[in-house]
Amino acid sequence: MTTPASVRVLEMQMLLLKRIWKTNLTLSFLQPLLFFLGMGLGVGSLVDDRASSSEALGDISYATFLGPGLLATTAMLTAAGESLWPVLGGFKWDGSYEAMAATRLTAPQVVRGQFLWLAVRMGIAVGGVAVVLAVHPDTRSWGILPAVPAALLCGLVFTAWITAWAASREYDTSFSNVQRLVITPLFLFGGAFYPVDSLPDGLRPVAWVTPLWHGVELCRGFVLHTLGMTEALGHVAVLAIWLIPGWIVCDRLFAKRLYR
Amino acid sequence: MNVNEQPAIRAKSLTKKFGDFEAVRGIDVEVRPGESFGFLGPNGAGKSSTMRMIAGVSPVTSGTLEIFGLNPATHGSEIRNRLGVVPQADNLDGELTLLDNLIVYGRYFDIPRAECVERAKELLDFVQLSERSSGRVESLSGGMKRRLTIARGLMNRPEMFLLDEPTTGLDPQARHILWDRLYRLKQQGVTLVLTTHYMDEAEQLCDRLVVMDAGRIVAEGSPRELITRYSTREVLELRFGTGSNVEHEGRLLGVGNRLEVLADRVLVYADDGESALHEVHTRGLQPESSLVRRSSLEDVFLRLTGRSLEE
Repeated sequence: MTTPASVRVLEMQMLLLKRIWKTNLTLSFLQPLLFFLGMGLGVGSLVDDRASSSEALGDISYATFLGPGLLATTAMLTAAGESLWPVLGGFKWDGSYEAMAATRLTAPQVVRGQFLWLAVRMGIAVGGVAVVLAVHPDTRSWGILPAVPAALLCGLVFTAWITAWAASREYDTSFSNVQRLVITPLFLFGGAFYPVDSLPDGLRPVAWVTPLWHGVELCRGFVLHTLGMTEALGHVAVLAIWLIPGWIVCDRLFAKRLYR
Repeated sequence: MNVNEQPAIRAKSLTKKFGDFEAVRGIDVEVRPGESFGFLGPNGAGKSSTMRMIAGVSPVTSGTLEIFGLNPATHGSEIRNRLGVVPQADNLDGELTLLDNLIVYGRYFDIPRAECVERAKELLDFVQLSERSSGRVESLSGGMKRRLTIARGLMNRPEMFLLDEPTTGLDPQARHILWDRLYRLKQQGVTLVLTTHYMDEAEQLCDRLVVMDAGRIVAEGSPRELITRYSTREVLELRFGTGSNVEHEGRLLGVGNRLEVLADRVLVYADDGESALHEVHTRGLQPESSLVRRSSLEDVFLRLTGRSLEE
């Protein structure tokens, strides 16, 4: 019986994870929990009693509004953290991709293995957020279950494009700027912390095309039961449109770099 | 050997270009199954580029290349499945244990886990690292890492084993342990292909070799054949002191079959080194030191390229 190649690549990553799982799991819970408490309850106490804010948020508490979107932002942040240096390192520093390339594995299989690993890695972090949401009475909902894969789909879009960027670089000099100029603005303006309707007119369409906004809307819609089927499919379609070309670009870049 | 047997490697007019730089400039090579074959040459001769093409990880620029009768461009994965590779730079996973490094690698070949564990233990034994199997790779010496890389390359029980400069950077003892392991593999019938810039390594391990220089093959044969063809039986090395070797050339003319004047010594190629030395003394020359030795591949390389191999 054969095991899919991507799973066999994942096995290596899981062995490495076994060494660090304790800190990893703790941190996965800690970071979103801090956001949820700090922003949700802290900012929430300022926002929740104002008529104008209640209208903008749709008569829910700020924590309820914020919580579900953290599923998507957590997936994105994990993707960014695990797909820049570790990917370039696989090519340049530790040679792990080179070792794989010498075996019967092919470049697309290596890419699939990498994505599967990221899905697991994001799954752990997003799972931590899901637990926090399940504990808080206002966000406790069966909608958390479909929201988790929705967050992972959103995270995979970032995984694909950030991996592609890292795989096309010779040096890591641009990586901090990816964090500063792409990830942080998306994090702040992607609709997780306030409805994008509150953005100035010119910025709103920008938010609409970014994958994070679609991920946030999906997660929030599922958890708060505010999403129609058509809308949900629309968000999934946009994420798929982002994901597929990114995946193809990764396949090509890995093939080019591993088989020179 | 069966005459119908497919050659392990068959290359015709093989070239490799990186942009404008031509690393391999049209080489013809054929390696039979079970043979130990070497690419000998200085750094930059095109050995590693050739090896990468053979390993199915580097596309051929022009010419033809067949590994086990298969084209690497279309059957790369299938070819790699039957190869063992020891790259020039170790790419072991430093954070994993020795045993896990082998198991993970075996899994890349889709070998069942239990089988991987069994093979990994056998191979750690073979490379004399069993006692450290649960230790981390980071803690190993250079020679141990190389041995582990060799064990890793054998996880898929390859028909052909490719080693790119297997002993570069190792101390003499570590080299000898490694040669011994490779010799055992050779005895088991594994086709060995290695690159090296050490003549003694090529003489120890290779049935046949090619000497490469600047992307081309400049000679081919067994180590003995090459030495017979391009050198004399013995070599007399004379040292007259730095800077004064050249000025002694004139007075040495006619001693032995041929002279080679290097910066630090004069090499006198002669079938009988002792009588050549006697002749030198008869001419009233007093070298600071003299040494008679057997010819080596170093002399072959010097003759073919006019350059010393380990510069």
